Amino acid sequence: MIDKADQIFVLLQHWLVSFLPLALQQPAAVLLGVIGIVCVFPAIFALTTVFERKGLGRIQNRLGPNRVGPFGFMQPIADAIKSLTKEDVVPSTANGPVHFLAPVGLVVAVFMGFAVLPVGRNMVLVDMDAGLLFFFAMGASTEVSVFMAGWSSRNKYSLLGAMRAVAQMISYEVVLLLSSVAVVMITGSLSLTKIVEAQNQYTGIFPHWYIFTPWGLAGFVMYAIAATAETNRSPFDLPEGESELVAGYHTEYSGFKFALFFLGEYLAMLSISGLGTTLFLGGWSAPLSFLTFMPSWFWFFSKLMMSIFVFIWMRGTLPRLRQDQLMNFAWKFVLPFTLLDLFVTALWRFMGEGLLRWIVCSAILLAAYIIMGRVAMVRKHFGPRSYRYAE
Amino acid sequence: MTVVFYLIAAITVAGGLAAVLLKNLVHCALAVTIAFGGIALLFLSLDAQFAGFVQILVYIGAVAILIVFAILLTRGSDVPKDGVFSPTWLTGVAIASAVFAVMGWAIINSVNAIPQLAAVPHVTVHDIGVALVGSYVLPLEIVALLLTAATVGAVIVAMHEKGGAE
Amino acid sequence: MLGEGILKGMAETAKNFAGSFVSKERLTTVEYPEERIAPAENARVFPFLVYDTENWEAGLRCVACQICEKECPPKCIYIDKSKDKKPDYVGKQQFYPTRFDIDISVCMSCQICVEVCPFEAIKMDTQFELATDDRFGGLLLDREQLAKSNEYYHEIHPTEASEVDARLAEEKAKVVAKAKAAEVAATKAAADAATKTAAPASPTQAKPEGGQD
Repeated sequence: MIDKADQIFVLLQHWLVSFLPLALQQPAAVLLGVIGIVCVFPAIFALTTVFERKGLGRIQNRLGPNRVGPFGFMQPIADAIKSLTKEDVVPSTANGPVHFLAPVGLVVAVFMGFAVLPVGRNMVLVDMDAGLLFFFAMGASTEVSVFMAGWSSRNKYSLLGAMRAVAQMISYEVVLLLSSVAVVMITGSLSLTKIVEAQNQYTGIFPHWYIFTPWGLAGFVMYAIAATAETNRSPFDLPEGESELVAGYHTEYSGFKFALFFLGEYLAMLSISGLGTTLFLGGWSAPLSFLTFMPSWFWFFSKLMMSIFVFIWMRGTLPRLRQDQLMNFAWKFVLPFTLLDLFVTALWRFMGEGLLRWIVCSAILLAAYIIMGRVAMVRKHFGPRSYRYAE
Repeated sequence: MTVVFYLIAAITVAGGLAAVLLKNLVHCALAVTIAFGGIALLFLSLDAQFAGFVQILVYIGAVAILIVFAILLTRGSDVPKDGVFSPTWLTGVAIASAVFAVMGWAIINSVNAIPQLAAVPHVTVHDIGVALVGSYVLPLEIVALLLTAATVGAVIVAMHEKGGAE
Repeated sequence: MLGEGILKGMAETAKNFAGSFVSKERLTTVEYPEERIAPAENARVFPFLVYDTENWEAGLRCVACQICEKECPPKCIYIDKSKDKKPDYVGKQQFYPTRFDIDISVCMSCQICVEVCPFEAIKMDTQFELATDDRFGGLLLDREQLAKSNEYYHEIHPTEASEVDARLAEEKAKVVAKAKAAEVAATKAAADAATKTAAPASPTQAKPEGGQD
């Protein structure tokens, strides 16, 4: 019974596919999985937009939208109707094909990332050996479409926004990759299903999630920072800051294309949270050993929604970082700390079981955090003013 | 040679041709990105997962960005009105055909040189990793040194501008 | 830098978030138009005319002195004076306005008309939901629309209305006292005159009275 609830979607897929002849069954199963992803994750996106607006409102001492539907939960439908019926304004000097293809490229690349996330036990669309690498490859492809959007609008501010966004995304991409390499080192495989299975064990009632280890906690914090920066989310949302650049690289987009950018950004946030959940929070495994009776996909989606809530919380709390502060932070603090985290992970791996490795690793990481926090982030000393004249 | 191969090859060749024939430089850069994507698909169709995904990650995610940054920082988007053919294009075509012929001859000869195995060995990421730090550790370290030199050079160039002005 | 600032900030926002469900001070939103905040005591929007008794025409305090019309900076008041007079709150005969129009699309709520009115007849109202799609006629308020009772005045500006009532009652008391004093003086003078003329005039008074029978 418990197993049935856990595997209900897999059983549904098998039952639906059994109506077809044998040759068509494999493609049909994959197609059903794709349909599932395309229906579920945009629905979560719609829910996320409402949660974000209401959550931000409550954090800011006000109500969020509460007119459409019960407590405003039908707001995404109103937003969808609005964006579909708005006039599609394309600047006359804009580069036609590139302007059109930019949101398409973004959404396609982001949707591809969902293919390797293990949403539950046996619930992965494509179980690849190099699943993690595929995910990051798709994440890297989004940068090109961001640039395309900014450049094709023939707008200085869009171009500036696009350049900043791309610079930010590249810097934090390195951090993202390095913090996941620590996980790969311990698991010994790039396959996301194997990573989750490695975390699905329990000592006593506590799970073997990687976040509960010193290197895992450091790695998770770095990963979270990099994920926030990758998806242009507050406090790293300078490229789309309304007060700085109008709307950055998606200034010149209106109507459905803007909705596609919005969708792409939020889906990227969902998929990167999903990956973080898989790598550090144990994917679909239950937090305590006696809670495994709940279905695995329930745990995955709860952890995903918790991550989304933390994203919204950070957005409501932190002020925006300036571009140079952002880049300084990436290259002078986060990247060295991540490299140190790799070293500590290696130490953990080769020190053998026991209390000693906990103490040593925690001590190294804590000391490095304090030292680097005080030393590496040196503020610029403002001397007497110097001028640079244009030649 | 299956239909899939021809399709991917068509995409790659089209991207490459567009990259040299289009007028707008940024369009050319984006066409090169499509060509990179085509090569990645070729790797994937040969079941080289690691190579394919790293191709996307590095080439489309970093090299393409580098190319467009270089275009934007040096030339801007001024479009030459009368096309991009230079007067010496015939010499260029001749040299390119010569290079292509040599490369084609080398590849075709190498295909005949490799013994045809019954089954293609399945290369996992683990095997690649073992090879990298085992038999190919010297190229790995040299590449690392090269990257470090490039990073240091970039920092020095950027710093020198600010330092020179002050 | 070690991140404690961020954590403190996040704790504060978490308190805001949780508190917004339970306490009113963390969620200060008033959902207009279902809920409204009562306007402050000294809020002012556009003028209105005060009337005292039940009948708005009879009890209208305005005596058409036209001072407010002359003092209004954008000249949004238009008054027509009556030909006849009617008694005011102390019983004195006064003119009254047959037409009193205020164009609230012009009125700038400066309150000068209130300040200069000697008869406490025009005061500031607090109603602001006056939007209409009739740009000209709908924003020209006439005498009937402007006349509001003294009770209403007490509702919107209690302290001011009490002060005004006290002053008017004082005035009335003074007038009544003066009238009474005048009456007493008059009866006294009449009594004096009567006793003075009565004594020597009584034989002369009896003859015509007798002659007239």
